[in-house]
Amino acid sequence: MSTTLTKEAPGPVEEPILRKPPTRKRLVPYWLLLPGILWLLVFFALPLVYQASTSVQTGSLEEGFQVTWHFQTYVDAFTEYWPQLLRSLLYAGTATLLCLLLGYPLAYLIAFKAGRWRNLLLVLVIAPFFTSFLIRTLAWKTILADDSLVVDVLNALHLLDVTSWLGWTEGERVLATPMAVVCGLTYNFLPFMILPLYTSLERIDGRLHEAAQDLYASPATTFRKVTFPLSMPGVVSGTLLTFIPASGDYVNAELLGSTDTKMIGNVIQSQFLRVLDYPTAAALSFILMAIVLLMVTVYIRKAGTEDLV
Amino acid sequence: MTWLRKNVVVIAGLLTLAYMILPNIVVMVFSFNKPNGRFNYSWQQFSLDAWKDPCGVADMCESLTLSLQLAAWATVGAVVLGTMIAFALVRYRFRARGAINSLIFLPMAMPEVVMAASLLTLFLNMGIELGFWTVLIAHIMFCLSFVVTAVKARVMSMDPRLEEAARDLYAGPAQTFLRVTLPIAAPGIAAGALLAFALSFDDFIITNFNAGSTVTFPMFVWGSAQRGTPVQINVIGTAMFVLAVLIVVAGQIITNRRKKTATA
Repeated sequence: MSTTLTKEAPGPVEEPILRKPPTRKRLVPYWLLLPGILWLLVFFALPLVYQASTSVQTGSLEEGFQVTWHFQTYVDAFTEYWPQLLRSLLYAGTATLLCLLLGYPLAYLIAFKAGRWRNLLLVLVIAPFFTSFLIRTLAWKTILADDSLVVDVLNALHLLDVTSWLGWTEGERVLATPMAVVCGLTYNFLPFMILPLYTSLERIDGRLHEAAQDLYASPATTFRKVTFPLSMPGVVSGTLLTFIPASGDYVNAELLGSTDTKMIGNVIQSQFLRVLDYPTAAALSFILMAIVLLMVTVYIRKAGTEDLV
Repeated sequence: MTWLRKNVVVIAGLLTLAYMILPNIVVMVFSFNKPNGRFNYSWQQFSLDAWKDPCGVADMCESLTLSLQLAAWATVGAVVLGTMIAFALVRYRFRARGAINSLIFLPMAMPEVVMAASLLTLFLNMGIELGFWTVLIAHIMFCLSFVVTAVKARVMSMDPRLEEAARDLYAGPAQTFLRVTLPIAAPGIAAGALLAFALSFDDFIITNFNAGSTVTFPMFVWGSAQRGTPVQINVIGTAMFVLAVLIVVAGQIITNRRKKTATA
């Protein structure tokens, strides 16, 4: 890296006025960056390179793997596991949508209507984090068990007939069905939706609401034209923080699902840790990464908030 | 009906909150259960057995200690490296800013299983033995970006004139940093540290790939979901929950008192 300063350094955050500093001082940012960036390069970027190389290797565990530029692995992996891949995107997408629908009212309530209860409600939103998420996910096994209150009520209301017809549940069961997995995913990532939503809602100037009302906007119109557009940064980061981890998750599918609800994370995990077919596992995680990054890029472009970080 | 229409947001919000809290309540209630058989999924009868002997399950408390140590070290590592990066990003101009920003953003935009698998490939290829150190390396790696984001937000909103004022009053660079900059940045650093601790302590996916035979608390819970879930898991879950809520409430009371004495 050169030590000369560029005049038009890119990036949105150049505020401080800098006089021409002496060379020793010019090196300061690089020294500050060095350890952390090195850490990310060695333990985040370099592993991706190793994985790329692994994905085009052939061989076996006994004889060792060689780089043979065997791109066929990608084709084979995709042909064999596209249902799990599609299912992952579907489950993660549904969970993200549900998180938005469930999370928005709560974020709105905390930001505008909670008054002196605001801090208590915020603590309650973060509170689940204080118990390990695996323990909480296991609790859903109890909640959704076959004779549990929730399932009995859903049965009595004949809601399970509807969901069975849609293919979300099977018969009178909820556990070990797609609905249970999506329910777990939604539950696990709700705080990641609510907190960014709350942050961007809380920043909205209350006078804008008054102004909208003064101009004869109904509450619904005020929400549609003022509140919601202003909360878009929160919506965007909330959906990303939910969708990305949910798409690679295998915990919910493993604990709450069945063999018919396996997601791509389950496949990568078992290929890597049990089957020990490293090339296939590496190819699959690259396919997942490519799809997620592509979707994220398109989404951020569409949503028009590129300065997220 | 108008009441309902007026309060529809409140009702919907509170229902969501109930959905979020319900599992915690179940965990708490089932810590007093006396299950039939190996799994603690259906209610049998009230018992205090697990609370009387929280470490009565083989290896569980060892895994808990290990997780706490890991989280502490990962927090220290990520906070030191992350705070340095955050200051560099906000305060200085340098080359390759765009690339560095992407390098910090990407770990947050990547499904965990991808990072987990690729890191394992690296360790396998390098012939590094999996264990405490590989997990620590991984935890510092994924916590780093979150710390940078938290600290950066705080440093960006800092008024640079405060530091100029300190310099005008003949404070040296070290003094300015320690007496002015650091105290103002502290809430951001604290937020980053809390986040790092929570992320590391509760991490499962990356840990599961890179831990070898080392067992952290989440890995213990995962294993027990296959072998049989001891009630003690719920005891630990409940105890952590109560402890954390108490700390938050105590912190709130202290800040309220300070505010009162400040205004009085």
